[in-house]
Amino acid sequence: MLVSIKVNGASVSRDVEPRLLLVQFLRDVCGLTGTHVGCETTLCGACTVLLDGQAVKSCTVLAAQADGGEVTTIEGLAKNGELHPVQQGFWDCHGLQCGYCTPGMILAGVQVLERTPKPSREEICRGIEGNLCRCTGYSHIIDAIARASQGKKP
Amino acid sequence: MKNLVGRPIKRVEDPRLIQGKAAYVDDLRLPGMLHAAILRSPHAHARIGAIRTDAARALPGVTAVLIGADVNPHVSMVTSPDVMPGQKSPKHTVLAGERVYYVGHAVAAVVAADRSIARDALDLIEVNYEPLPAVSDLEAAAQKGSPLTHPELGTNMAYTWDLKGGDAAAGFKAADVVLKVRMRHPRVIPMPIEPRGCIASWQAGDETLTLWTSTQIPHLIRMLLPKLIGVPEHRIRVVAPEVGGGFGAKLNLYPEELLLCHLTRRLGAPIKWIESRRENAATTIHGRDQIGDYEVAVKKDGRVLAIRSRTLADLGSYLQMGTPAIPTLTGLMLPGCYTLRGIDIQVTGLHTHKMATDAYRGAGRPEATYTIERIMDIVAAELRLDPVDVRLKNFIKASEFPFESVAGVTYDSGNYAGALKKARELASWDKLARERDAARREGRLVGLGLSTYVEICSFGPSHMMSAGGWEWGSVRIEMSGQVTIITGATPHGQGQETSFAQIAADRLGIGLGDIVVLRGDTSVAPYGRDTYGSRATAIGGTAILMSIDKIVEKAKVLAAHLLKSSLKQMEFKGGRFYVRGKAAKALTWKELASEAYNARHLPKGVEPGLEASSFFEPPNCTFPFGTHIAFVEIDRDTGEVSIRKYVAVDDCGNRINPLLVEGQIQGGIAHSIGQALTERTVYSEDGQLLTGEFIDYAIPRASDIPEYVMGSTVTPSPSNPMGVKGVGEAGTIGAAPAIANAVIDALSPLGVRHLDMPFTPEKVWRAIHDPASRPPVLREAKKGGKR
Repeated sequence: MLVSIKVNGASVSRDVEPRLLLVQFLRDVCGLTGTHVGCETTLCGACTVLLDGQAVKSCTVLAAQADGGEVTTIEGLAKNGELHPVQQGFWDCHGLQCGYCTPGMILAGVQVLERTPKPSREEICRGIEGNLCRCTGYSHIIDAIARASQGKKP
Repeated sequence: MKNLVGRPIKRVEDPRLIQGKAAYVDDLRLPGMLHAAILRSPHAHARIGAIRTDAARALPGVTAVLIGADVNPHVSMVTSPDVMPGQKSPKHTVLAGERVYYVGHAVAAVVAADRSIARDALDLIEVNYEPLPAVSDLEAAAQKGSPLTHPELGTNMAYTWDLKGGDAAAGFKAADVVLKVRMRHPRVIPMPIEPRGCIASWQAGDETLTLWTSTQIPHLIRMLLPKLIGVPEHRIRVVAPEVGGGFGAKLNLYPEELLLCHLTRRLGAPIKWIESRRENAATTIHGRDQIGDYEVAVKKDGRVLAIRSRTLADLGSYLQMGTPAIPTLTGLMLPGCYTLRGIDIQVTGLHTHKMATDAYRGAGRPEATYTIERIMDIVAAELRLDPVDVRLKNFIKASEFPFESVAGVTYDSGNYAGALKKARELASWDKLARERDAARREGRLVGLGLSTYVEICSFGPSHMMSAGGWEWGSVRIEMSGQVTIITGATPHGQGQETSFAQIAADRLGIGLGDIVVLRGDTSVAPYGRDTYGSRATAIGGTAILMSIDKIVEKAKVLAAHLLKSSLKQMEFKGGRFYVRGKAAKALTWKELASEAYNARHLPKGVEPGLEASSFFEPPNCTFPFGTHIAFVEIDRDTGEVSIRKYVAVDDCGNRINPLLVEGQIQGGIAHSIGQALTERTVYSEDGQLLTGEFIDYAIPRASDIPEYVMGSTVTPSPSNPMGVKGVGEAGTIGAAPAIANAVIDALSPLGVRHLDMPFTPEKVWRAIHDPASRPPVLREAKKGGKR
């Protein structure tokens, strides 16, 4: 079936198997491998992207369901060579170690700040509840999102 | 230029990782690449009958379907060294032979044009299994008449290991009280967010094999492969690309890596295999899983004289590389921070129909720390003493280092009372204790617990290791004056691309932006012993330092020659070489490098080039230590534990980058919080893994993590010139006992004297409401110190 998705501002149309997942579309069709797969069951959040502005787990969205939609992946977050404040926050606060959960975690963080521009620690924790990190112990991730919300430079 | 070592520098690794530009193994695509999927046993123990693969083979897009009989004659599984006297080791093959003996055991492999087709084909393979009796419970496996994991071995017992140190018998004779308790160290699953995966590619023309694999140990794998796959070492390249978490789970050589090395030669195409989450949970190593009976000889004043332990260790169904050795680390570190008179330790390793255990973050030391720190609290509780006082009474003193523990391990340096004092201050211990007491009077369940840990890491002198405990590193000043560092360590998130550059920047007087650190490729780093056991900075960093010193010496000779002076007169400061007193006329690295490679004006006998490499052989391991304090409250109605305050004071010697150290400790504590509160590995009686996904194996989420108060003391290690100790595992080793002690303290007014992890709401609720569910502590008073 023909699927057309606007990915990071560029339209991509492709004839795909109906069972193709959005994450496979992004990784295999678009070649955007920044979106990772950690569990294939919506539980770890490594595959989180924004679909029409909403954070979704792209491992359990069919490409067909995203037909006609707009997707933002980690590759599309920086604008004109300038990091998104959440990306910058992760860098400044050592919000990542192995980096595997990071793209999904950053996009979840972007969603947190869109919904709650000045989140409390509890609101940040609730907002990234669907994203697992095994390296950092989350403290620096929480710091990173908090810093992005303050627009603070180190 | 300000020194960079000791400062919280942002990581140079991060720009690629936060923009989706990093390449993990699943991100690599080779022309003509095929994809493998693996059919796994649904039974814990069964005889394999007929396997029908014709329907799978007929599926369009399928290249090959192979079973054990096709593969095993050509490729072998790595065997664990027989480290124990009389060790009984089962033969393990790449694909199952006549029997499967754990759920997830690989039975057949499909190779196809893409991953979806390969997985579809798995469903078309028919295997006739004849189920056999299975044993999944460790204690059941130790019983006579238990089903045997490997009938041909005649027993489930793989080995018995004894460690006696000091005079335990004298300690028990002199004791006023003997305490007896049974403790369990539950099985945990490492669960890195990136599962395992690999790509193998055979280049027929030059007869070389390249293996890209999500591993911590590309060098060790390259060393092990030749005998197993029949390709000589110098024709093998192993690459660990970006690796998405290891924690010991990727400190191994697994059957799938061997299988793919074989299949790429057999089929003449590059082949990729990526593990699913369920496969990761079921077929990547697990950790811990010990049950111990402990007897503790104590004086009335709280002095612990001796410990006797009889421990069963669940090795799982077969042996991965480090499986049998891990429980011995528990024995070696059982004395903890304390001066005991004697220990008498016996570990029995047993096979069960479960996944193999091996080195998961901490690897044997969390079990040791948990045991000794619970013992200290049990002693305090039973003798009505203060848990802090009991520790202070038994500590090795700062003046006694280097200290040979009763287990025969020489601790390098320490100040245990110093870290304890600092943690108590940061926690406002006395205030918390008053708060707890006030809460208790209101009927609330509030507890305060501590853990004072010491661990062994930075393995190690080569005599301790089966394949060298050194590390290698090289430094090259390029003709441009920029610097390429190559390390044999294999960082995968720890941040040594940054910390090693910091070390070099200071020593060379060159900016961080002009330094790059390469790692993880055996063709780039010809030697290496990789990253595990918190060793990369202490050992790998020192190899870099040694190489820099060699280069500086050579550059001085060259500079003296070019400046028409003598070596004695040469000064080196801030990246500039000059004759003493003539700093204005200095040569820079760029100028010297240009001369070194153009080689037209070299002094006699000096080789061109400006590079050096070094092996560092450490004289000893390092012994980080610290004190962790947890303050918890338990919901009486639900049994839920919440950590209200957490204080961590860690001493890892000198800190190259405190930000990275903090990240390692926080991450380590999170693993411990998982083990203590949320993670529970459940195998059914017949060996089904019931916690094989994140939905039922609950690694901590952000909301499970308290806000930390973190502090440090600094006691440099004499085991390396930088005075650093490792820090990758310290948090995991130190934290769980503090949480356990706090939880049990909270429940103590109800009569709870011990409880085993994990403190899930159900278990805690039962402990609150059902006295029969509480493990006992037996107490044997002795008159006049006689038996």
